[in-house]
Amino acid sequence: MSYLHIENVNKSFQRNTKRSEDTIQALQTINLSIHNGEFVSLLGTSGCGKSTLLSMIAGLSKPSSGSISLAGNEIKEPGPDKSVVFQEPALFPWMSVKENVTFPLRQKMNKKDQENIALHYLQMVQLSQFANQYPHELSGGMQQRVAIARALAMDANLLLMDEPFGALDEQTRTVMQDELEKIWMETQKTIVFVTHSIREAVKLSDRIMIMSARPGTIISDFKVDLKRPRQQKDLALLEEEIMAILKKEIDNVMKEELQYANHR
Amino acid sequence: MPIIVKRIIFYVCLILLWQGIVMLGIWPESMVPGPLAVVNEIYAGFADMTLVYDIVGSFKHLIIGLIISLIIGTLMGVLLATVKSADETLGSMILALQSVPSIVWVPLAIIWFGFTEASIIFVVIIGGTFVMAMNMRIGIKNVSPIFLKAARTMGSKGFDLFFKIIIPASIPHAVTGVRLAWAFSWRALMAAEMLSTGPGLGYTLSYASDFNNMALVIGIIIIIGVIGSVVDQLVFQRIENKVLKRWGMEN
Repeated sequence: MSYLHIENVNKSFQRNTKRSEDTIQALQTINLSIHNGEFVSLLGTSGCGKSTLLSMIAGLSKPSSGSISLAGNEIKEPGPDKSVVFQEPALFPWMSVKENVTFPLRQKMNKKDQENIALHYLQMVQLSQFANQYPHELSGGMQQRVAIARALAMDANLLLMDEPFGALDEQTRTVMQDELEKIWMETQKTIVFVTHSIREAVKLSDRIMIMSARPGTIISDFKVDLKRPRQQKDLALLEEEIMAILKKEIDNVMKEELQYANHR
Repeated sequence: MPIIVKRIIFYVCLILLWQGIVMLGIWPESMVPGPLAVVNEIYAGFADMTLVYDIVGSFKHLIIGLIISLIIGTLMGVLLATVKSADETLGSMILALQSVPSIVWVPLAIIWFGFTEASIIFVVIIGGTFVMAMNMRIGIKNVSPIFLKAARTMGSKGFDLFFKIIIPASIPHAVTGVRLAWAFSWRALMAAEMLSTGPGLGYTLSYASDFNNMALVIGIIIIIGVIGSVVDQLVFQRIENKVLKRWGMEN
């Protein structure tokens, strides 16, 4: 039995327009099994429903049909067994950096332990000297690193990341990817990672789920068998392979779009 | 040129203009007193302490009324933001009441509480409550969904979510609410005091008017304006700026 099990999941949204009520099929028949300790990326163009899928795994929204289960239990609500890093840092501005990181720990342990854990993970993202600052005093990239420290501090076995490095500059991004790979190798967490960067997916993942849009489906389950820690130079070949798969997908979407435009 | 210098020049010109108009002698001094007469009245008032008692009296009414209005307003705002039916019913009434000028409540207050301080405080409470309620409501309704999502993924829900996330996240709007409530209450206070039996700035204002002491009337108007703007700038704007900065909402 797999650790995270997604079975026949569909998700549709109602869209109210002036004249009619449309249903948008965001995800169609998603089946996915993820093993404990695996690093899986959801890769696709924008609008393919990868963030929607992640949000359902997080328990923040429900599938229209189908089921998602974690370690045998159906996911019904968000909770401490799965931590999430969003596209934006989502730090609470009225709390200091340290208080943000200890927020998920409040009910679990005493103050001293909370602080030690917070400092440990802030050190990991190289921000321990900013522990008493407030989020508005930090740059966007630093804020995102705090958000990652906060998610890691929860110590959930499942870590869900929704384009966590999307807003970072190229250098910080590369550093954070190396850092995440290291953390993952040390902690053996299961990670589901949403990205639209092929390089990022190849660099980090054991498996890459390549998704297509309208409706969102998984078109390819791509295994990456490169030894870790991975070097940039080893990635190029696989990147091209994936690009070829995605290219077809992008062309299809383009064609469809043109057809739609011509029919109006 | 620093702002303070510009301001000094502006006010000096204004006073000179004022003095010039008085010296033209179109109106009698009993209608348009000169700046010196006004300064004299203010000085005399402070020298014999009457104005000090008035200011203390006014602030007493204001502080009691404002605190009560902030408490009621906050609770109302929370109610409106969290209970949909309350928003749809009570909400419409509060919106209507917010547009009623405070002075309208004075006759009602006098009938209910007589010419007492309770009357004044009642009007002050009415003055501040609704604007506080509306701001608190907006604050809670506008809490960024990403904060709620993030908090929920960290196991926060129910009361914990409400008190640890929703309330603190709505503080910037609440602070604006407090500042507006102060401004509204201050206006309401003057209206109510004019029909009261002192001490209070409003009372002395209407008293001076009854005895045709125009210099004191203008003096008190100036005092009311100065207190209003000083408290707003030195207290509330500072708090507001600090909060907006901390909450990362500064532009």
